[in-house]
Amino acid sequence: MIPLIIIVVIIVIAALWLAGAYNGLVRLRNQLENAWAQIDVQLKRRHDLIPNLVETVKGYAKHERETLEKVIQARNMAVSAKGVGERAEAENILTGALKSLFAVAEAYPDLKANQNFLRLQEELTSTENKVAFSRQFYNDSVLAYNTRIEVFPTNIVAGFFSFSRREFFEVAVEAERAAPKVAF
Amino acid sequence: MWEQIAANRRRSTVLISVMVVILAVIGYTGGELIVPGAGPLGLGVAFIIWAVMMAMYLFGAEKLLLGGALFHELTREDSPRLFNIVEEMKLAAGLPYLPKLYLIHESAPNAFAIGRKPEDYAIAVTSGLLHRLNRDELQGVIAHEVGHLKNQDVKFMTLAAVLLGSIVILSDVVRRSLWYGGRGRRRSDSRGGGQAQVVILVVGLLFAILGPIMAQLLYLACSRKREFLADASAAQYTRYPEGLASALEKIALAGRGLSFVTKATAPMFIVNPLAAASEDSFSLLSTHPPTAERIRILRQMAGASLADYETAYRQMKQGALIGGRSLATAAPQSIRAPTDEGPIESRHAADDIAYRQHGYLRLRCECGLDIKVPERYEQKEIHCIRCGSALPIPSVLEGRAPSPPTPEPTGPLAYTRATKGWESFRCACGRTIQLSPAFAAPQVRCHHCRRLIEVS
Repeated sequence: MIPLIIIVVIIVIAALWLAGAYNGLVRLRNQLENAWAQIDVQLKRRHDLIPNLVETVKGYAKHERETLEKVIQARNMAVSAKGVGERAEAENILTGALKSLFAVAEAYPDLKANQNFLRLQEELTSTENKVAFSRQFYNDSVLAYNTRIEVFPTNIVAGFFSFSRREFFEVAVEAERAAPKVAF
Repeated sequence: MWEQIAANRRRSTVLISVMVVILAVIGYTGGELIVPGAGPLGLGVAFIIWAVMMAMYLFGAEKLLLGGALFHELTREDSPRLFNIVEEMKLAAGLPYLPKLYLIHESAPNAFAIGRKPEDYAIAVTSGLLHRLNRDELQGVIAHEVGHLKNQDVKFMTLAAVLLGSIVILSDVVRRSLWYGGRGRRRSDSRGGGQAQVVILVVGLLFAILGPIMAQLLYLACSRKREFLADASAAQYTRYPEGLASALEKIALAGRGLSFVTKATAPMFIVNPLAAASEDSFSLLSTHPPTAERIRILRQMAGASLADYETAYRQMKQGALIGGRSLATAAPQSIRAPTDEGPIESRHAADDIAYRQHGYLRLRCECGLDIKVPERYEQKEIHCIRCGSALPIPSVLEGRAPSPPTPEPTGPLAYTRATKGWESFRCACGRTIQLSPAFAAPQVRCHHCRRLIEVS
């Protein structure tokens, strides 16, 4: 009788652990997919803001046609880009084009005083930050998920239910590469 | 980061269990001390006290804190940049909802977070915080508060605080009844008790006297650990520990007097608003670690990850903060470059938001002076204090003869907008109505008398 009880207890504990490990993996995977969707939302928002910005700048800086065209071109490329790698590159080009547009705007005091322009500038800067922070969270999620899949004993569960590794979303942002080591 | 919460949860489970044990022991032995054999009854009384305290807290305290006249919920129109910063940190932490934002009209910079469920999460900032800190610093403070929310600190500390309160009350009851009534009866009844009775007597006395102190010290130690953890989370979310470090410096230097803070609410703030700067040293009795120590740890970080915070923490103090498992999965993270953005609101703009929320009417005189009129002011016009010209108080036009301020909806009301910016006017009931630049609807409803007003 007693051995039977011990066996039953062991089976129940094993089943509980299995359920916990499986649910943990699913939770991590959902979180990761949600994080990926967040990046998408922010990128789309950036694409939506740019036509407004170009319209506003056009009224003040007529001589900057070339810069404006570059922004529009980069934006259209980013909208139609497919695949993680291509998209990351298109978004990088767009970031660069926007930066030069804001640099050009410095020369037009009237434009810089325009409420609409200031609002768009703040929105675009913040959207860029939001892309970076969503990406940061996505990569943190991928790391936690990949680690969980690889370590013993959850790797057995992951292998059985075929949870597969995910790729990081790497974007070589200039500011990050140039970030100085602050020492005090 | 999930592991960090897990480590946190383990520590909290230990804290809560120890406190429950203390409560139970005081209840049981206290019952035995007062009336031998009444141990189980004492135990029951202990848990009833706990349940009553918990119910009181759940239904009272939070509403008292946020529902009062002091705090007003902000909308995106009030401060788009503040909302952007909060949204950025929400994304960095992976919170499911955007926390609500509240503004406190105080020039001392400070902030706190509240809410036990993700739907109820809220962050309150003072108007001083908005104009004294630059964007990086404000981001650090918001990240610290988001860190508290993400680590579920409010939930655990509430539970711990309620338990602590129950222990204090119960031990007080036990001590008092022993002092005034218990003695005689105990002496006569305990003749046949023997050794077990003596043990219970000693343990009971010890717990009745030392229990509350032990529970209090445990609670405070846990509160300080959680401040460090929220700092570590902030560094990780922002990838810029210096932002929070210099914000803490400014908050500590700017003076802490917040008029509405009590001992009960002080532990919630980013820097304890009650502790004077001179008392800012380590003590077993403080709710927050010394600010100078927090700043030094943040500035010693070589990167922005949790592991970097742990290394810096160990250089300052003994013992681990975060624990092994979460550090194993922490990727190296470099510190980002600072931005050069100044404060997100000017001093005037920050005050304006607060005045708007307190129902002040804003008028611009022809001489360029902005005049703020409190809701109590009942005259139809006001004189500019600079040029002396009379300004009419903007108010609704009534279709019928003016009716006395009644809560029942009567007659059509209309208001014509003069500008496209922030605008305010009086409703027929005497309350102020604010229109934001984004307001585009044809009608607005007065929050007080519920009447609809045509806006053109």
